[in-house]
Parts: sequence; structure tokens; C-alpha cells
Amino acid sequence: MDEELQREFDRVVAAEQRIEPRDWMPEGYRRTLIRQIAQHAHSEIIGMQPEGNWITRAPSLRRKAILLAKVQDEAGHGLYLYAATETLGADREDLTQKLINGRQKYSSIFNYPTLSFADVGVIGWLVDGAAICNQVPLCRTSYGPYARAMIRVCKEESFHQRQGYELLMTMMRGTEAQRRQVQDAVDRWWWPSLMMFGPPDDASSNTEQSMAWRIKRHTNDELRQKFVDMSVPQADKLGVTLPDPELRWNAERGHHDFGTPDWDEFWRVVKGDGPCNAQRVAHRRKSHDDGAWVREAATAHAAKRAAKESAA
Amino acid sequence: MSFDNAYEAIMEGSDETHWAFGTGFTDALSGVDRAVPSDVDSGDLATYCLMLGDDALVLSQRLSEWCSRAPELEEDVALANIALDLLGQARMLLTRAGEIEGAGRDEDALAYLREEHEFRNVQLSEVDCGPGPGGDFATTIARLLVFSSWRLALSQRLVSSRDPVLAAVAAKAVKELAYQRDHAAQWTIRLGDGTEYSRERMIAGLDRVWPFTDELFTAHPVETRLAAVGVAVDPATLRSEVDGVLDTVLGAASLDRPTVGSLSTVVGRDGAGRGGRDGVHTEAFGYLIAEMQHIARSMPGATW
Repeated sequence: MDEELQREFDRVVAAEQRIEPRDWMPEGYRRTLIRQIAQHAHSEIIGMQPEGNWITRAPSLRRKAILLAKVQDEAGHGLYLYAATETLGADREDLTQKLINGRQKYSSIFNYPTLSFADVGVIGWLVDGAAICNQVPLCRTSYGPYARAMIRVCKEESFHQRQGYELLMTMMRGTEAQRRQVQDAVDRWWWPSLMMFGPPDDASSNTEQSMAWRIKRHTNDELRQKFVDMSVPQADKLGVTLPDPELRWNAERGHHDFGTPDWDEFWRVVKGDGPCNAQRVAHRRKSHDDGAWVREAATAHAAKRAAKESAA
Repeated sequence: MSFDNAYEAIMEGSDETHWAFGTGFTDALSGVDRAVPSDVDSGDLATYCLMLGDDALVLSQRLSEWCSRAPELEEDVALANIALDLLGQARMLLTRAGEIEGAGRDEDALAYLREEHEFRNVQLSEVDCGPGPGGDFATTIARLLVFSSWRLALSQRLVSSRDPVLAAVAAKAVKELAYQRDHAAQWTIRLGDGTEYSRERMIAGLDRVWPFTDELFTAHPVETRLAAVGVAVDPATLRSEVDGVLDTVLGAASLDRPTVGSLSTVVGRDGAGRGGRDGVHTEAFGYLIAEMQHIARSMPGATW
């Protein structure tokens, strides 16, 4: 029986069709998906902090509105990604506990600090840009609810990326101090952005099975190359320098050559020693703990009301 | 749109397809006559726009402090949404104030380059009701309940203001404020009825904001003069309506109306008066605008 189900599952996936919540699926597929989608949801929620850091100080009302709307979108992305995990039998509260107890990860990029308002623009351009490179292929991923969530996420991310780039363009047309801020932010975020694609293919443990399951569609190095090739002309147009002396066009390959990210730094940040790991998780834990009495009150009220209605 | 090309789209300037919701947002003020009615004092009208604009701007600033700190994700989305709506109202009103003043100040000059005593917001909008040490989620909800009930009643009257811009801003605001009031009312009931602890917090929250309610219904001379010519609303005339709404909500939550009275006041500059409408604010307000204005002020000549 299981073999038959497995064959049907394999056929659907290989035919680029969608697996839906009620369909049979291998346990490993379910587990891997929950982990991957939860990690993405956690990233959205933790990602609210570095940019949220600038909402109350945004230097124009238009920028304040754009930033507030963007951070609100991230909360929304987190919500519907958690909802996607629930179609696989996971529980949001349980996943939140795993996040605040450090048992599940989120994108390491958010363990870097935002040090000026230009960081808001650079996060939009490079970080959201790298996220889009990672996520666009997932709009065709094999698990239906995830693929559909990613379509909406990607649309909104591309909106954010454009807004970030537009902020940087505006700042580059401003004062010398603003141009220096933009360059400084690019210098700090470029390498961490390249690390967002994960370790080099020869050091990536999950790639092969995930590619077969169509929950990953390109390798880390392929995506990283695509991102570099896309970013270089955008940096030119912006008038900033990317901080990599080895970066140059390779006509033979039809791609840019570029330097090697500091993988020691990458692993240190992944393992918890980034500049903001402890701070980000503590912030999330405090918000969650501080809100516990509010959630309990809502549950208690709902129960009382339900009891009243059934008595009536 | 082709999703494989989503990333490349930012290089192009005019194509709309990669914007999630297009760019065709409706402008609430599109086609509205911007001339000030001839029998209306433009100085008064500019000041009145500042008053209502500052109320919205300052409360938006306070609410945005919750971002990433709300008790649940749904509430992060909701509070950000309310802050955004208020910010939108503030932008239209400050722009209008600057335009009537005619001294070249736009919304940003008014938001970022005024001093404390030049802000005309009621004190209720500026006090720390959480997530800072001045309050918590219940206090935030108590403030929002009072503020949105009052501003909704005010906006419903302003829809028929003789100033077409105020009328248009109010027409948009009415829909937003109805949602805000509903949101605050639902939470007041949940917290009032939920657990013993949440009930205590809700009572404490209402006690915290109640002393600031009298000011909402005290007319400033500018409001009195503009009300006489059919442009503004005399806030004293809103009191029984707003009290009725608050009593209904508190009743549904089995909460009593707080008994704490208003606080004594201090006099403003040049004997101007004693309230937020006169430019007299609380100690907390200086910190609020210092944070809000810091980057704009520290980078003169910058463009954002």
C-alpha cells in the first residue's frame, strides 16, 4: 500500500504537479517542509526587527509610511507561512517556542545590525533581492500551499526591493554625507547578502534530496551567481562600489567572477555568535512572553462566550 | 508577471506589472477644491489642520513603537495598520496646513522642524501607554478606544465641513476610525472579561488614560471661531455622543467608568493656554519628537 502511495507521490512530483495537504506524503518530505517553511516564517518575523529599528526615526513621513507598511508585510508573510506549516500538522505556538528556545533557525542575515537609515534601503535592494532569488523558484515548488504563499510573498518582496532601491537612488542624489552612508551600508551588507544563499554546494547537506522533492530547484552556488550577475549593473547604475576586489566580468563563462565569502564568519553567525543573534531572539522572546496574558485573556473570553452561547 | 524575472524588474522605471497591487491608489483629495472659503480666517484654518494632523501624527508614532512587540502577530499587523491610517490622515492635514500658511512648509518641515511648543496635539495622543514603561497592551487599547471614539464622532461631523479639504479628509478617516474603534472595543471586552489579571490591567489602563479625556472636549478659541462659520466642530458638542459609546463598550466588558478626574494644568508660553492645543505638552513628548526628528535634523539639506 505504502509503495503504491509512494509511487503516486513520486509521479506527481516528477510531473511538476502539486502535493496538497490531504495527499499522502513521505514523512521525510513533511518534516523537511515544516523545517524549511518554519525557518522562512521565523526569518520574516525576526526580520521585522532590524528594519523596525528605524520606523520611529524615519526622516520623512513618506519613508515612515513605506517602512511601516513593509514591516507590516513581513508580519503578514510570517503569518501565512506559519499557516502553511499548519496544513502539514505543525502548530504555530510550538514553532514559536522552538524559535525562542534556539531550536529552530532563521536567516542569519538578520543577525547583523542596521546602523544608519541607508541600511533600510540596502536591505531592500540586496537582502530582499537575494531573498527573491531564493524564493522565485519556490513559486513552482511541489507543495501547493507553500507555492501559493510564495507567489504572494514574492510579489510583495519585489515591491519592497524596488522601494529600497529607490531610497538609495534618492540618497545618492542627495548630499555627500548621504552618499557616504549608502556606500558604508553596501560595504557592510554585500558579503552577508552573498551568504544568504547558504554554504557552497560541496558543503551543503540538504540539497540533493530537496531538489528531487522539488522543494529546492537550484543549488546555492547557482543562485549566488545569478544574484551577483544581477546586482553588478544595479550597483553601477546606483554609483556604488561593491566591496570585492576580485569582482569582474568573465566573458568566457558569461558570468561575473567574484571572491569567496568569509565562510568562517558565516558559520560563527549561524552557530550563534553573530553581532545580534542573542538580541534578536531575546526581543522575540520578550514580546512573546509579555503578550502571554493577552493571549490567555482572549482564549478565556472566547471560552466564556462559547459556554454562554451553548447554554442559551 | 513572469516570476523568473521579478528581480530584474527593479531596473525598469515605468512598468507596473511587478507592483503587487499596481500603483493606481486612489487619492482622497483628487479633484477637491483647495481654495479656502472666503469668510474663513486662513490662519485659524491652518492651525486647526495642524491640531487634527498632530493628533494623528503623534498617536501614529506611539502606535508604531509596538511594531515587532505586539502580543501576537495578528496584532502586529493590526496596530501597524492603524498607525498607517493615522499617518495617512496626518500627512493630508499637515500638507493642507502648510499650503494654507503659504510659507513654503511641507508635511516634513512641519513634522520634523517644529519645536515641542509648536505642536498642537491633545496630550492623550502623546503619553506613553506602552510598550514603554508608561503602559502595556491594555493601556494602549484604552487610549485607542477613547481616541478613536472621539475622533470618529468628530470626523463624522467634519464630513459636512464647509472646507472641502477637511470634508474629504474626514470622509476617508471615518471608515478607518470605525475600524479602529471596533478593534479597540473588541479588545476592551476581551480583556475586561478574559481573566482576572487582564481585567485588572484593563481597569488600570483606563485609569491611566482617563485624566486626559476632558481635554478632548474642551474647545480652543480657534475651534470655537471655526465652528461658528461651519468649518470646524466644537468638541464640547461631542461629549454626550462619545460618552454613550464608551458606556456601551465598558458595559459590554462589565467595567465601570473610571472615577479619576482630570489633572491640574500648567500655563503655556505667553499665557497662551493650558492644553496640548496651546502647545503645552507632557514631559514624555520631548523624547517622542527628539526620536522622530533626529535624523531629519542631523542631516540638513538631505533628500529622502
